[in-house]
Amino acid sequence: MKDNSKFRFDIWGIITLCTIAIYILFLLYPMARLAEQAVVDSQTGEYTLANFVKFFSKSYYSDTLLNSFKVSISATALSILIGTPLAYFLTIYKIRGKAMLNILIIIASMSAPFIGAYSWIMLLGRSGVITSFLAKFGINFPDIYGFGGIVLVMSLQLFPLVFLYARGALKNIDNSLIEAANNLGCAGIKCFLKVIVPLIIPTLLAAGLLVFMRSFADFGTPMLIGEGYRTFPVVLYTEFISEVGSNDGFAAAIAIIAIIITTVVFLTQKYISNKNSFALNALHPIYEKEPKNIVKPWVYLFSYSVVALAVLPQLYVTYTSFKKTAGKIFIPGYSLNSYATAFGKLGKSIQNTIIIPMLALAFIVLLAILIAYLVVRRRNALTSMVDIMSMIPYIVPGTVLGIALLTGFNRRPLMLSGTMMIMVVALIIRRLPYTIRSSVAILQQIPMSIEEAAISLGASKIKAFFRVTVPMMASGIVAGAILSWVTMISELSTAIILYTGRTKTLTVAVYTEVLRGNYGVAAALSTILTLLTVASLLVFNKVNEGKDVSV
Amino acid sequence: MSKIFINNFVKKYGNNTVISDLTIEIKSGELFTLLGPSGCGKTTLLRMIAGFNSIEGGEVFFNGTRMNDIDPSKRNIGMVFQNYAIFPHMTVRENVAFGLKNRKLAKAKIQEETEKYLQLMQISQYADRMPNQLSGGQQQRVALARALVIAPEVLLMDEPLSNLDAKLRLEMRGVIRHTQQNVGITTVYVTHDQEEAMAISDTIAVMKDGGIQHVGSPKEIYQRPRNVFVATFIGRTNIIPAKVELGEVVFSKGYRVQLESLRNTESQEVLCSVRPEEFIIIPGSGEGIRGLVKEYTYLGLNTHYMVELEDGASVEIVEESSMGEELKPGQKVLLQVKKDKINIFNREGSINLVRSEAYEG
Repeated sequence: MKDNSKFRFDIWGIITLCTIAIYILFLLYPMARLAEQAVVDSQTGEYTLANFVKFFSKSYYSDTLLNSFKVSISATALSILIGTPLAYFLTIYKIRGKAMLNILIIIASMSAPFIGAYSWIMLLGRSGVITSFLAKFGINFPDIYGFGGIVLVMSLQLFPLVFLYARGALKNIDNSLIEAANNLGCAGIKCFLKVIVPLIIPTLLAAGLLVFMRSFADFGTPMLIGEGYRTFPVVLYTEFISEVGSNDGFAAAIAIIAIIITTVVFLTQKYISNKNSFALNALHPIYEKEPKNIVKPWVYLFSYSVVALAVLPQLYVTYTSFKKTAGKIFIPGYSLNSYATAFGKLGKSIQNTIIIPMLALAFIVLLAILIAYLVVRRRNALTSMVDIMSMIPYIVPGTVLGIALLTGFNRRPLMLSGTMMIMVVALIIRRLPYTIRSSVAILQQIPMSIEEAAISLGASKIKAFFRVTVPMMASGIVAGAILSWVTMISELSTAIILYTGRTKTLTVAVYTEVLRGNYGVAAALSTILTLLTVASLLVFNKVNEGKDVSV
Repeated sequence: MSKIFINNFVKKYGNNTVISDLTIEIKSGELFTLLGPSGCGKTTLLRMIAGFNSIEGGEVFFNGTRMNDIDPSKRNIGMVFQNYAIFPHMTVRENVAFGLKNRKLAKAKIQEETEKYLQLMQISQYADRMPNQLSGGQQQRVALARALVIAPEVLLMDEPLSNLDAKLRLEMRGVIRHTQQNVGITTVYVTHDQEEAMAISDTIAVMKDGGIQHVGSPKEIYQRPRNVFVATFIGRTNIIPAKVELGEVVFSKGYRVQLESLRNTESQEVLCSVRPEEFIIIPGSGEGIRGLVKEYTYLGLNTHYMVELEDGASVEIVEESSMGEELKPGQKVLLQVKKDKINIFNREGSINLVRSEAYEG
């Protein structure tokens, strides 16, 4: 390498400084303000740990921490237990309808979690369809509210992540490893547990971390289905939003505790997975085979029922969106009333759901490409700093980031609260780490010599980057951008903190309509959201399978 | 076409010096090969010339112009990379034209030159294909055309044949040599394959641990290597301890060989490098190193023997196959050496006492 280990004040040096400035302004500064608010008494201006003492001394608050851990760990374990075998079956067996199952799983993973929560309430809640149906036969279905319901909804929502990760890792396992295991007398379940699982452990850990972080930070699900079972994000939200008194300091303290916890979990996972990593490279990927007759029904039953459970909430919501309503109550018959109301009253939120993520996406793609380049090709102290800063949002729960941004930008000269810009900024900061990771992965695949070839042929550095490197990254970046887009349109936990009447998004609208009991309108809105998601995923499939630039 | 002069090159990674005080002169129009085991610094040196690696000390001149501070994109260098580095998102023609477009030539000129080199490298018929539709050898031709079309002052090639299979490697070796001579361009070629280096080069620089061991023509390097490393790295050889006494090499058990070039050499312990084909096997009795045939391998043109000497060391011997009976394992033999061909090194293996420069110091 040319001496890239030292900072140089060239075009890339300037870009480095600009990204650092952006991160300081929009991430570090708000977080610092939040930390300040947590430890400084708003009346006296003195440093105090009173807020932290309050949290840990009252079981009303500290129990929520325990609850969150219980919920997140259970959801993570269940997601891995469901996602891994499903990925394994879909990799080694020929299964009819596999392509459809794959798509359905991706759709399930991309829908907003709280929609699942409220759909399950309609299905299994006190007056849910299934509950009422079973009650006719005198069967009492166990209570869906509280711990069980939260774990059910989160697991069904998040196992697709484990599935997608595990599927990717399994594709990198060479068939000869399985053949060797069989040859040495290890087959079937034993081979799965002794050979396959250990090989994909690092991937499962990564997926597990993601599931844990998501479930730990999920605000909508426990809010809707938790009832008395209050988790951490719920208490954080209620303390921050509550209209009585100045609880901002206390909310800030809770936010800081949340960040500390997620950081510890993140670092633990990093430590464990660094100790268990393998380089896998499949020359001959695993061949699909016909399942044996004894296992066949079970494989089909498992795969189809898991996927069915995962998409059931979406389907049911879509179905209810076409039901006739009278006021807030569903009545027999079908109509498009819900849609009429949705477009009439809340049409603005549909617009917002497209405009805000679009704006964010443009910045995310540009920043991700530039930062990926700095991190991969210009490794020095400053770019490492960019790398680390860009990862911070990964461990900051969405609600916390929302509160931090509001805290940081609620006074002049940086009066951003209530604007569309603050929502855009929030999305950028939250999604950037993921897009950077994927761009870094793509860039690492491109040998440096390609760019050197361009330079030796007379292209300048910037020209070599934009004419040669970026086009080679393009298909991967577009694919990553679409996935970012899909997660951004279904984002709730930050938007719920930052929105105002003018910047309400679809997810916020669904959430508020559900709380008001307008199930019909909420169903119509979430169906629109689902349609947007599915359409985007179709585009994603098209882009991803189109002419793949191979290196 | 330029000559390249590298003066006291130094390359450091942190505190680790990879190349120290390296000086070479590369003549105009020659194919100059950097040859050495992996990790010897040959690619690093090439990339310093190209401008992709920084230079911590010393200078590089093309035709007397100092290049140290000139940006790689302005050095007018053609470079062929180990993995070819063909732009996968451009057609063959676009790849070849890329450098010309950067030089802002007129459209017609670009077209004409591109066509010329596509034809020279015999890839005109693939001009509108994407690179992933080409075989390895064809990609190699594209890489070469792309490097040459910009009429560079020097051509740098970094292990260009290592990704090809054996048969294609031979073919492309010929293509590269032929093209290089046709165009007459000064070329620096990096390889770890000594046979490839012998076949293709005008001059070879043998490198080890970031330093030059020997610069010379293939013939000279093979026949009169400057030290034991070069002797063992280029081709195969047997290293036999011996003594020099009164201008004679004395092997164990008193086999003495008189060498004219050792006339003024003082008596000392030496290492004698005898290549497999520089032994003569004498089945009967007489003068020679005594040994025992351990195994033989008949290879058609030649027969290879492994002979164990009295001191327990094994030597490899190659003889042209004869019509008669081969020597059988277990047979006692006497070995003589072709005295004008062997090389004698000092005990450390650092100086070849047979080379005339040994006296010049």
